[in-house]
This record gives sequence, C-alpha cells and structure tokens, in this order.
Amino acid sequence: MKWIYRRIIVLFLTIWVAITINFFLVRLMPGNPIDILIMQYMEMGYSYKEAVTAVSAIVPFIPNEPIWKQYIDFILGVFRGDLGRSITLAVPIGQLLAYAIPWTVFIVSISLIISFSIGIVLGMYIAYRRGSLLDKALSLLASVLGGFPHYAAGVLLALFLGVELNLFPIIGPYDPEVEVGFNLPFILSVFRHAALPVLTYFVTSFGGWMLSMKSSTASVLGEYFVVAAEARGLPRRRIVLTYVGRNAILPLFTRLAISIGYMFGGVVFIENIFSYPGIGQYLTMSLTNRDYPLMTGCFLVTTMAVVLSNFVAELLYSRLDPRIRTGG
Amino acid sequence: MSNEKGFMTHDIKSSIKTFIKILRKYPSSIVGLIIIIGYAVMASIGPILLPYDPSPKIQDRFLPPSLQHPLGTDFAGRDNLAQIVHGSRDVLTVAILTASITVIIAFSIGIFSGYMGGKIDTVLTTIMDIFLIIPSFPLLVIVAASVPRALTAVEIAFVISLVGWAGLARAIRSQVLAIKRSAFIEAARCLGLSSSKIVFGEILPNLMPYVAMNLILSIIGAVYSQVGLYFLGLLPFTTMNWGMMINIAMQQSALINPKAWPYLLSPIGAIILLQTGFILFMSALEEIFNPRLRTE
Repeated sequence: MKWIYRRIIVLFLTIWVAITINFFLVRLMPGNPIDILIMQYMEMGYSYKEAVTAVSAIVPFIPNEPIWKQYIDFILGVFRGDLGRSITLAVPIGQLLAYAIPWTVFIVSISLIISFSIGIVLGMYIAYRRGSLLDKALSLLASVLGGFPHYAAGVLLALFLGVELNLFPIIGPYDPEVEVGFNLPFILSVFRHAALPVLTYFVTSFGGWMLSMKSSTASVLGEYFVVAAEARGLPRRRIVLTYVGRNAILPLFTRLAISIGYMFGGVVFIENIFSYPGIGQYLTMSLTNRDYPLMTGCFLVTTMAVVLSNFVAELLYSRLDPRIRTGG
Repeated sequence: MSNEKGFMTHDIKSSIKTFIKILRKYPSSIVGLIIIIGYAVMASIGPILLPYDPSPKIQDRFLPPSLQHPLGTDFAGRDNLAQIVHGSRDVLTVAILTASITVIIAFSIGIFSGYMGGKIDTVLTTIMDIFLIIPSFPLLVIVAASVPRALTAVEIAFVISLVGWAGLARAIRSQVLAIKRSAFIEAARCLGLSSSKIVFGEILPNLMPYVAMNLILSIIGAVYSQVGLYFLGLLPFTTMNWGMMINIAMQQSALINPKAWPYLLSPIGAIILLQTGFILFMSALEEIFNPRLRTE
C-alpha cells in the first residue's frame, strides 16, 4: 500500500506546484500581467486605488495586499472553484470551463482508448511475427507517424479528409442546424465532428503504444514461465492473454503519465485547427486576448485532468499487478 | 560493443565500428542521416544561396509551384522555398540549443539523484515525477505568454528545456541505478576511486549512447514545441519560422482556399520530413539498446 500513498502525495504536490508556478508567473515576475493590468487601468484615468479595486473584481485576490496573503487567497480560490472572471468575456471562469471541459475530455478519452487498444492489439500481433514483412512495414509506419506533430497531422487530415474528400466536417463540435439535446441527429453530428480530432490523435499516437507493446511482449515471450506454460500444454488463448499479455502490458502503464500529458498538450493545436470549443481553444483565446484569469483556469484545469487520469491509471496498474499492492 | 546487458564499454573506436555496422543493417537509418545532413546544409548555407526578398509583389500572389518558385508563392507573392530555407536556420538553431540544455540538465540531475541515493534521491525523484505529470506544453504556453518581452533563441531553448527535462532525468536515474549495481562499479569502489572519478570516468561513458539517442529525442521534441509556439502566435514574428508560416496560412483560411495550399503545405512538409529524418536515424541508435531498458 505504501506505493499508492506515495503516488497520491506526488499527485497532490503536482497540483500545488502547478498552482504555485502559475501564481509566480502571473503575479511575481517582473512586468507580470497583473501589474500591467493595474497600469492599464491607471492609464485609462483610474487612480491607483480604483485600479486595484477593478483588478480585484477580476482575480481571486487583492493585488495590493501582502504577497503571501494573495498567494493564500489564490490557492483557496482554486479549491473553491473561484478562479476569477474572464477579462474579455466578463463571465466567471468556472462557467466557461464547465462548458469547455466536457468537449476536451470527450475527444481526449475516446482518442486515448482507441489508440491504446488498437496499439496494444497490433503490438502483440506483430510481436509473434517479428521480422515478417508486416512487422517491418507497420513498425516503420508507426515510428514515422509518431514523429508527426499534432498540428501537421491535423492540418493534413483536415485538408484531405475534410476539404478535399468532404468526408468529415472540419469546424465546430456539432452541426449548427441540429437541435441540441438528447436526440439521434445531434449525437450523430457530435460523433461526426469528433472524427477528425480523434483521428489526428490516433494517427500520431497508436504507433507509440504498438511499438512499446511489441518490445514488451517480445521480452516476456523469452521468459521461462511462458515456456513452462507451453510445456504444460495450456490452451494457446490462455498463454497469449493471461501469461504473456498481462505481463507485457504492465510496463506500458508507466508511459501513460507522459502520454496523457502529451495528449492534453496536443489539445491546444487540435482544437485550434478544428475550431473545437474545448480547453485548448479557450487557452489560445485567453493568450491572444491577454485574458490571464482564463489562462490560469485553463492551465490548472488541464493539470487537474492529467492528475486525475494519472490517478485512474495508477489504480488500474495496481489492480493488474498484484506485486504493487503488497508493496513487494 | 555491447554486452548482454546493453551497456557500452568505453572503447570509442569499437563503438564507432558497431555504429557503422548497425547503420549498414538498417538502410532506413542511412536515409534518415541523409535527410538530417540535407537540412543541416540547408540551414547553414541555404540562406546565402537563396536570398529572401520580403517585399510584397501582389501580381505574383499565390502562384502554383513552378521552376522559378519550386514551392509556389505566398499571399504576398513571396517565394515559399526561400521562406522554408530561411526558417530552417531558426528552427534548427533553437532545436539544437534546446536539446543540449535539456540533456545537460537531465543528466546532471539524473546522475546526481541516482548516484547519491537515499533522501536526496527521494526528493529529486519526487520533483521529477511532478514535472512529468504537469502537462508540459500548456506549461510552456503560459510561460511564453507571461514573459513581457520577445525572447532570444537561447531563452526560448532554455524555457522549453525547463518544462521538458524530467522524463529524461528519470530515465537516466534508472540507468545509473542499474550501472551502479554492476560489478565494474563495485570494483572501482573497492579500488578506492573518488566519487567524481566513478561518475565521470565510469558511469558517464557508459551512458554516452543513451545521451546520443536522447539528444535526438529532445531535438524532435524541441522542433515540435518551438514550431508549435509560433503556430499559436505566442512568440513574436521577429525571425522567419515555419510555425509562423502555418499560423499566417491558417489565419487566412488556407484550408478552404486551394490556391493557398502550397503556402500551407510547404512548412508542414518541411517539419514532417525533418522529424522523419530524425526518427529514421534514431532507429539505428535504439538498436544499440535492449528494448527492455527503453521502457525502464
């Protein structure tokens, strides 16, 4: 159990570090955005006091209080879900995020599940056929596609599948003509619009899972317990799934952390290209408009999503590997 | 030469021989090497051979590829190929700087943590884990957006490294732990060698091929991040960069304007070819290592 406690502590520390870095960038750096905002108000004819009051209405702390007090207010604000108000849209950040999060989680989770499962099945398949033409071709394709930046893959897919072949829509989360609600046309429209973002992720990430699974399976295949299981005449299905598969999949869970973070990084580009109204879209919008409360909200919510998915991955990992649970 | 554990002995001559042997075994890595050399030549002497004229020539707007303009022209009638060539210098400079800084940070922390062990190791691995989980590109984005002035190439490289060192440092640490337990380090310790002699004389040389491979991985990551930052318009367009071209093309809705496709596809093609070159080349380096080691 010790292991899982350590991981939980690390996950909490991660949230704290993210909040602290964020506070530092927005509040403590020379020429930081909040100071600039106060100055902008003063240039508009506000007195210093009025400027500070105006800024306090936007951010969850009061900019002329001692810095430690602002820091504590900021942290408390995050945990209360009060991240301030958007400068450009003049609504509470929480409200904007509540709209954006489901869209991002929708495409990221579907993409992760599809790339992970297809990658694993293909990886196991070619591990049993190492050196075959199929193995060489798939491995080469996978590693080359893995080098495609999200934006390059996204633009190419939008261009060829979206514009040239007109197979999938390239703009927005659903067709503006359908009625929003729990009806079939709307659901179909949502899935059709998610196709290209998901495909972009799939193309760039299934190869990584496939190659890891291939090398992991290959090294498990050389173990004595597999030979012993074969010698005992166990059914092939059982050897492939329980003896080889389960052991081979374990090392991949250590990669999940990095991979989930990478996918949430890609959201910024993919949602931009396909005008998808998730966290990534709001993050870029906040940057072009210098809307720092919104930027903070997007960054912290992304971090928390990654932390949460890591937690789920850890739990899955400890279920799959009994050695971890007993701390051995 | 690699023994069955995949560690290199530090005989440089035989390493080079092994390297050439592996290159021969993997023709795709030779293709990768040729692509990389091509880009290096393009970035170093390309801008001299192919001057870029930034003045707009409206009559040449969105010309299709031709002999005079092999990649066509942009929305203001400027040559796309010249922009790609001039952009490559910027892209490669930042990428190489980033990779070097990342490798230096990751190796110092990884080796220190793995070699010292104990409490120091626990603290450092916790820090590495935290930086592994924090989504690095969004972090990079907010750092770039919060800096109040235009960043120089070295500063961009430094910022990208600061958000992206942890994965490599963690991998190095586990390599060091594995080497530390091996017999020859035990022998060095018994001989009474000092810590610095063991680290620089025994551990570091054994990590050299690992350094090379990760240098390339970091370059791939740096190209992705840097071009991405320009694509999002987060870095001021003071130099020519492929990401800037993609940004401008997308702003002009190049996706739905087939005439603008050469301008949109030139930087996309350039970055894909470059990344492919690095990846093909790396397949040879990866072969030096046992696949089991790569996944920790």
